[in-house]
Order: sequence, then C-alpha cells, then structure tokens
Amino acid sequence: MSLEKISKNVMLKGGTIIDPYHKKEYKSDVLIKDGKIFEIGDFDPPKSCEIIDCKGKIITHGFCDLHVHFREPGREDKETLQTGSIAAMAGGFTRVCVMPNTNPPLDTPESINFIIKKAEDAPIHIHPIGAVSKGQDGKDITEMGLMHKEGAVAFSDDGLPIQDGGIMRIALEYSKLIDVPIINHAEDECLRDEGLMHEGTISTRLGLPGNPDLAESSMVHRDLELADFVGAKIHIPHVSSAKAVDLIRKMKKHKDDVTAEVTPHHLFFNDEDLISYDTNLKVGPPIRTENDRKSLIDAVKDGTIDCIATDHAPHTIEDKETTFDLAAFGMIGLESCFGTVNKVLCKDSKMDLMDLISFLTNRPREIMGFDCDLFSVGSSAEIVVIDPEQAWVFSRENIKSRSINSPYIGKELFGKVQYTISRSHLYKSV
Amino acid sequence: MLENKHLLGLEGYPGKDIQTIIETAFNFREVLDRPIKKVPSLQGVTIVNLFFENSTRTRISFELAQKRLSADTVNFSASSSSLKKGESFKDTSQNIEAMKIDAVVMRHPTPGAPKHLTNFIDSVIINAGDGTHEHPTQAILDMMSLYEKFGKLKGLKVGIIGDIIHSRVALSNIYGLKIMGAEVTLCGPPNLIPKNISELGVKYSKDIDEVMEWADALNVLRIQKERMGRGLVPSTREYRSFFGITSERLKNHKKEIVIMHPGPMNRGVEIDGEVADGDQAIILDQVLNGVASRMAILYLLCGGKKVEGE
Repeated sequence: MSLEKISKNVMLKGGTIIDPYHKKEYKSDVLIKDGKIFEIGDFDPPKSCEIIDCKGKIITHGFCDLHVHFREPGREDKETLQTGSIAAMAGGFTRVCVMPNTNPPLDTPESINFIIKKAEDAPIHIHPIGAVSKGQDGKDITEMGLMHKEGAVAFSDDGLPIQDGGIMRIALEYSKLIDVPIINHAEDECLRDEGLMHEGTISTRLGLPGNPDLAESSMVHRDLELADFVGAKIHIPHVSSAKAVDLIRKMKKHKDDVTAEVTPHHLFFNDEDLISYDTNLKVGPPIRTENDRKSLIDAVKDGTIDCIATDHAPHTIEDKETTFDLAAFGMIGLESCFGTVNKVLCKDSKMDLMDLISFLTNRPREIMGFDCDLFSVGSSAEIVVIDPEQAWVFSRENIKSRSINSPYIGKELFGKVQYTISRSHLYKSV
Repeated sequence: MLENKHLLGLEGYPGKDIQTIIETAFNFREVLDRPIKKVPSLQGVTIVNLFFENSTRTRISFELAQKRLSADTVNFSASSSSLKKGESFKDTSQNIEAMKIDAVVMRHPTPGAPKHLTNFIDSVIINAGDGTHEHPTQAILDMMSLYEKFGKLKGLKVGIIGDIIHSRVALSNIYGLKIMGAEVTLCGPPNLIPKNISELGVKYSKDIDEVMEWADALNVLRIQKERMGRGLVPSTREYRSFFGITSERLKNHKKEIVIMHPGPMNRGVEIDGEVADGDQAIILDQVLNGVASRMAILYLLCGGKKVEGE
C-alpha cells in the first residue's frame, strides 16, 4: 500500500473499461501522460512507462463522495485534508465534498477559501460545502453567494438539522440565487430527544433510548414540501428509513431537483448488530431495522436514491471507546465503501456492476455539476482499478484515515479497490 | 456451577442457573437467621463495588452480602459527571483491576456499561444496575420472594406497575419471570410503556383494576419525581388516581394479592402507606432476600468452586 506522485507515463494494460457515463463496457488499454488521459485503445507501451497489469480487473471513473468529514480546521487529531485524501484514495475516491461542521465552521467566504487553498496540493479533488447558517446555529443564513464564488458547491448544517421551518424556507429560496442544493440532515430534534439508536424492539431490549424513524421522515417531508413550494434544489443526505424512502419516491414523480444519498452502513447493518453495544455503530441517523435496510436497497435499485455517500466521520479512540451515551456519533467509511456496497448490492441483491459504479461516479458528480465524461482524451485522469470479485477481510491495516472508528474490522467484504489515480498521484492497494 | 462467568443481565440467562441461584439463596437465608451471621465462603476474595451512580440500598445490600461471606471489599463511588471531565471509564476500570481484584459489582447510568467493562478487565462482573437496561440481582431477589410466598414461579401471574420504559427493574423482571415460566402483564401510563413490548412476550393493560383482578402478585415500581418534571406524567394525584395501589383498591378486590416494591417508595403516590405496611406486602422480605440472593450470586460466581474443593 503506497501513494506516489506519478513521475512517468502509466499504462493500464489488459483490463476492462466500464464507462458509466456513456454506459459502455469494453476491453482497452489506457495511457496516462502528465497526469492526463493520453490514449485509450490498443497501442504499444511508450518508453519509460510503468505498466500496471489490469487483467481481469475493471478500469473505471474515480469515485466521488458527496459527504465526508475531514475535521480540518479544528480537529486535526481526527483527520486532515491530507490524511482524509489518502483514506479516500485507498477507497477509490478521487473527489469528495467536505462538510462544514469544523471548528470554526465553514460559514464565511474566508473559511471556504481556506479549504480551497489548503486542498490545492491534495492528491484528490476536495470541494467544500458551506454552512447554511452562521455558526450553524440555524438562525441567520450565511453569505451563500460569496461563499459560492469562493468554491462552495452546496450548503448544509450537517449534524445540526435546521429545526425552524421558516429558516429552511429562507435558505432554500435564497439558494436559487446560485442554483446549488441545500443538504439538510433530516432529524427532528424534539422527536429524536435523547435517542441513541433506532427505536424498536432492539432498543427496548438494550435499554437504550430510542430515536424513532419518524424523527427523520417528518423532517424529510417538510424539506421536500418546502423545496417543491419554493422551487429550489434539495439533496437528502444519508436516508435511513423506509418511511423517508417512500416520501422521496413520491416527490420525485413530479419534481426533478430532488436527490438523495444512502450510506454503505445503512445498507450493510441493521439494528440487531447493535446488540453488542459496539459504539462504532452509533451513528446519526441511526442504523434501523432489516425492513428499512431492505427498502434502502430497493430504493437504490429503482433510482429513488441517486448516489452512495460514506458520511466518513473520523473520531478518536477516546471518543468511541467509552460508554454508549458518551460515545461520539459517526464512523469512518471511505476505505471500506466499495467492498461493502458491492457485497450488498451486486453480490447479494443482483445489481449490475455498471449501475453500482454509476452510483459512485457519474451520478454524484451530476448532482454537484462536476464533469462526468472522465474517459475523454486530454482530461485529468481520475481513474480507479477494481477487482469486483475479490473476497477479503477488512482489517486495521486497510485503514488509512487518522482515525480507526470502523465497525467493519473483521468483516468479510467483496470487491476491492486495487489502484487509484488522481491529480497525478497513484495509490496502490496491492 | 453457573454457565456464565458474569452476571450482566437476565436476557437469555439459563433458567436452571436462576433456579440454582434461588436455591442457594435460601440456604444463605438460614445463615442470616443465625446469631453469628457470617460464613468463611469468600475468604481471601477481593471485590470492588464500583458505583458510578448513587445507590443506598443496593450498595448496602451488596456490602452486607460480601461481609457475611468474609470477602474483602473496597468501595469506589464517582458521579458520572466527574468521570466525563477526568479519567476515562476504561482507565478507571483498568487501574482498579491492576490492584489485583477478583470481582467487580458495578452500577452505572449507561445501558451496556457492564458489558463494555468486560472488554477491558478479566474479573467477574456483576451488574448492579445499568441505566434503563437491566438490574438482574433485583429481579432475582424479587423472584426469590415470589418463590418463598408461592412455592413456585411457573404459571404465576405477575403484574408490573408503573414507569416501565425507564425501569431496569421491570426489564430484568420481565426476562427472568418469562424464563421461569411466569406470566407478566404490565400496567402504567401508555407513554411510559415501550412501544414494542409485546415482542418480549408480555401483555399490557391500562386498567389497574383489571390487572389486580388477574394477578397473583404486583410489583409496584417507584414513579420518579423527575418524570413529573418532564411532563411525562401530569401530576402525582392523577397518577395515584389511575395507577396507585390504594387501600380502597386493595379492599375492593377480594382476591388476596401479594404486593412488592423495589424501593424507595413514594408513599401516597404509587402505593399507599397502609398498603406498604399491610399484611399483603412483602417489601421488607424482599430487602432481606436481597442480601441472601446477592450472597448466592457472589458465592456462585466468585468462590463456589474454591470452597467445594477445600
């Protein structure tokens, strides 16, 4: 496992290209020169060229994650833009959007600029998401226009849901000025109350205070209605419940600018996994029932959900190795992402690999308006090489994040990222 | 001996082990009636009482049980708030175990904390109450008291009255009683009953008189004053009117039912003083059985083998 700056030409030889944007699959070699795609086809390797054997492997677009927490500025002990980038590349991601709940939060044009400047030399593309409200207090909206000019691609008070419907309306209406989505962590704080896990039989058995599914769905309902009413773009993050899925499905029938994401962990686990009281499974919104999990899988398959996003949330050991009430919410998820979603969706639920790749590549890029035609000659190489058939056990060594709060350690995953190429860097997982 | 090394809760606990604990507890009950109430069973065994939450009776009951068995005991108390600021739960636990101890009796405000502790230390761990999860030793002493009164648990009809959702006593009693073949009906304000409780194999009734008509025994839970403050219960008089075990109610029911309460009681709220002091109440027997039950649990988990081998 290593990250290096590409110093010579790189040839990906003998693999199968899956181009999710043009919906094409074909055998071809790829030549990368100066970090750009130079040639795709059948050709002899030039002199001074690193040849990567891709026989039996899939060559496709680098993954794009709309939802990560890189903790910079403020909690560099958990993650930085640099360490997060390496974790991303280990998971096949070449482009991420970082959430603004840092310390201080990304709620000014200056703080957006800080991320843009700091990420200039990162091995992946990092886009900041700006806060919706100043100080993320849910009251006064930020300078969205100026922040957008500095590079904010969307707005969210992630982790701190906007409780006041009036403020949410203002934010949605104002966002039309710059035509970017508002992403609202949908959770009614009054209904969530002290809830630490999904409210159901398991929470009763464990004696843990429950967080009911309608804490999510009632706010998803409000946000969808508001976005429809004012005609703004809305993106629903980390959908966790069957009820929320139904509402999104219904709204999508007559409104185009609605998008939604699901995390690998909501697709992989159910609330019975919490019987161990594993604090790494303490996340917001909570992991729900098997019925919810199944409806999320169906929602991916029928397109109600638009993309997969990890909600990569690094925390220190001290933040997690404590009692359930005091443990922080969130888990890391970049490195384990492909192996989990490929297992759940392709292996177990018979989804087509091309479709799954689409949920990790062009579909999230479309939501943010990023370039999706990544196999065009001359474009900066954002490429991942994967072995979709490799069974492996996720272990501590696979974690490149500065934090290790992963419930996947020891779990068998299916499909593995082998190489990631991004911004003239090459990450080798093998 | 017992199947499990620890006593973390009664969910899934072997019925034969509950039986063994109760039988052993009756043997220790006899010790408590002797002029010299002490046996050498746990001589040389060191037990730490790790209390992260205030407790009077459970702690005294455990301490007495330990002293009656001649164990060496150390007490550690800390409010969870001071722990939040300072040393972590893990560090505290590992430090204490480093001093060479054999068992930990732990009370903690967080569900799952005793199980969490098993990740860090090797000693025997006995759960003396973990938040709103379980309180297994209380349920065992309750079952012992029922056994004493009825001579059986199988087929017994037990009503548990009050704030079920916040009660570790209720959950452990539900698990224990179901395992031992008793029937359980819960009664209390609907917002203090977990939504999916029927999946644990128990019934719910909102009508206290109906439950009193049905039951052989009632376990009356303390209704905590804090619940009133949060608006979960409108007032004490409303609670008493709908769910209080009043003298009038008891008199109206011809059937003789046994009244239990885990304490501490709010006289005049969930139970009338007259009922608590009356003939049908076995509340003080529960307290004595608490010491005997805890002696049995400590003996079976910490030293039973050693003594037998001597």
